Amino acid sequence: MDKSQGRSAQEAPAKELPNFVTASGHRGLQLEEKLIFEQGVPGRIGVDVPDAPKGAANKLGAFARKGTIGLPDLSEPQVVRHFTRLSQKNYGIDSGLFSLGSCTMKHNPRLNEKMARLPGFADLHPLQPEKTVQGALELIDTLAHWLKTLTGMPAVAMSPAAGAHGELCGMVAIWAAIQAKGEGATRRRVLVPESAHGTNPATAALLGFTVDPIPANERGRVDLAAFEKKLGPDVAAIMLTNPNTCGLFEGDIKKIADLVHAAGGYFYCDGANYNAIAGRVRPADLGVDAMHINLHKTFSTPHGGGGPGSGPVVLSAALAPYAPLPYVVHGAKGFELVETQRAGTSPFGRLKGFHGQMGMFVRALAYMLSHGSDGIRQASTDAVLNANYILARLKDVMSPAFAGGPCMHEALFDDAFLKDTGVSTLDFAKALIDEGYHPMTMYFPLVVHGAMLIEPTESENKESLDAFIDSLRHLATLAKKGDQADFFHAAPRLTPRRRLDETRAARSPILRWKPAQPPAPTAQAAE
Amino acid sequence: MAELRFTKDHEWIRVADGDVYEIGISDYAQSQLGDVVFVDLPEIGKQIAKGGQAAVVESVKAASDVYSPVGGTVVGVNDALTADPGLVNREPTGAGWFFKLKTGDTAQFTELMDEAAYADYVKGLG
Repeated sequence: MDKSQGRSAQEAPAKELPNFVTASGHRGLQLEEKLIFEQGVPGRIGVDVPDAPKGAANKLGAFARKGTIGLPDLSEPQVVRHFTRLSQKNYGIDSGLFSLGSCTMKHNPRLNEKMARLPGFADLHPLQPEKTVQGALELIDTLAHWLKTLTGMPAVAMSPAAGAHGELCGMVAIWAAIQAKGEGATRRRVLVPESAHGTNPATAALLGFTVDPIPANERGRVDLAAFEKKLGPDVAAIMLTNPNTCGLFEGDIKKIADLVHAAGGYFYCDGANYNAIAGRVRPADLGVDAMHINLHKTFSTPHGGGGPGSGPVVLSAALAPYAPLPYVVHGAKGFELVETQRAGTSPFGRLKGFHGQMGMFVRALAYMLSHGSDGIRQASTDAVLNANYILARLKDVMSPAFAGGPCMHEALFDDAFLKDTGVSTLDFAKALIDEGYHPMTMYFPLVVHGAMLIEPTESENKESLDAFIDSLRHLATLAKKGDQADFFHAAPRLTPRRRLDETRAARSPILRWKPAQPPAPTAQAAE
Repeated sequence: MAELRFTKDHEWIRVADGDVYEIGISDYAQSQLGDVVFVDLPEIGKQIAKGGQAAVVESVKAASDVYSPVGGTVVGVNDALTADPGLVNREPTGAGWFFKLKTGDTAQFTELMDEAAYADYVKGLG
């Protein structure tokens, strides 16, 4: 590398020291530290707490604490370093490409953060008088307007806190509509395709419906013939994810909607993958009755540890009267948060104490307005283009789960290319960590053997995609060369910890730290 | 050991005692699932239809439903799986059984695949 000193470029690499360990236990600047509980020293403190005034009486009586609370005594630098180290061990969308399929780890624009931190939004309290929060209510109303416009739907419930909460909202609205028609006792079955999100059957089951799975066809879509056979007067709804978890557009979606409507049922569309079609397809045109929109995915608000979800649900005219409280209306008195039932509506109740995830509303609207309708369409288009670029550049070395067609926003591979190599999907994913990438989604969807689901999102440029693809091509070629099982089984090598024992972690988890020597007996009794 | 019969969903079933049957998942099923970490068993006395969802098996890879090969009433469950779900991996057709079912219709049993037919079926899955 360094030829300026006259060394040969072919110089043998520095001799590797087998089992090299440092005296400190640290690996370079990657530091090993004890658990925060093990770092404490009794009496060490980071703040100067004034003594109680002389002679002041303790008024706590029987409520006075009898033992310690079991927190470590630490100085401020210890605390700062501990949490800084933890944050450095984390890998997120701000560190690099995050290919986790079905999770949509797209960039969280900093403009959204700036808007959310404006004191007029950030410092509000939900119990403030309405006239002092007109701007916030207008923001909720404006966001609702654009969600309805983008989807073509007449109503939206803003309060659901995340995707599955949104599913619950939509399905309760369907349940309420069925009750209103006097069919509550008979329409008890919900059809759920195998390629749906796992939360769909869970939502239906939580509401007491019987879940009836519909098989996928060889193209990874709903088997239309099997679906038609399952329709009947006892069907309450179909819950269909579109694009589905195979990253494919359900081409028969309009026909499916018409058929379920003709049978007297409703169409719940899981809109978790709306980011693939936003600005291009209006769910209303597909015959959807209810669909949640994950603001934390499609509209770029942070998630996955970075922020709460938010899952507004758009509703058809048939379901709109059952929308939950509260909702915002604009009238003579300005903006109003409607908290009680009004004439002509039959809200099914409420899903949250207040109006929803205000901080996420601000971010989502900032994203919408900064992108505009052309920008939102472009984001969906680029997300699909990036996924297809990955599919096209990997299809000769990996095995696409459904050959012969483009995908939507995520590319799905099965483990056929690893057959007889001794390398599993898990091993392959672990080796990708050594290459510097968070692995793709593994073993999901279940309809594909050894599934690897890659969602690059629109955030990645071509160089970034090429570097990621080169790593995958390298690993796939290596695995197929044969005799590489040991190499893959030993991955990851370069992480703070090597391969973790997931089985033991699941079978006998250690959920809390316990001191080696028990503290005072009173503290133990309080556990 | 009594004769084993199999379903396309990879459950096995054998006669335990008269009209009481023992049910579990096949060796192929456990190998596909990987290390089993949790098993959710049905309640004793529960009525289950043929092909109805009876139990849940969860591995490090996935959670799957276990369906009952025949219809009947649950008369026993393998509590040992709660403490040691790894039994399903180690002895899928032995100590790793899931539940026992009493059925009025013993003819359902003979309609299921025998060991040779199931082996052919699994081979066909590739």
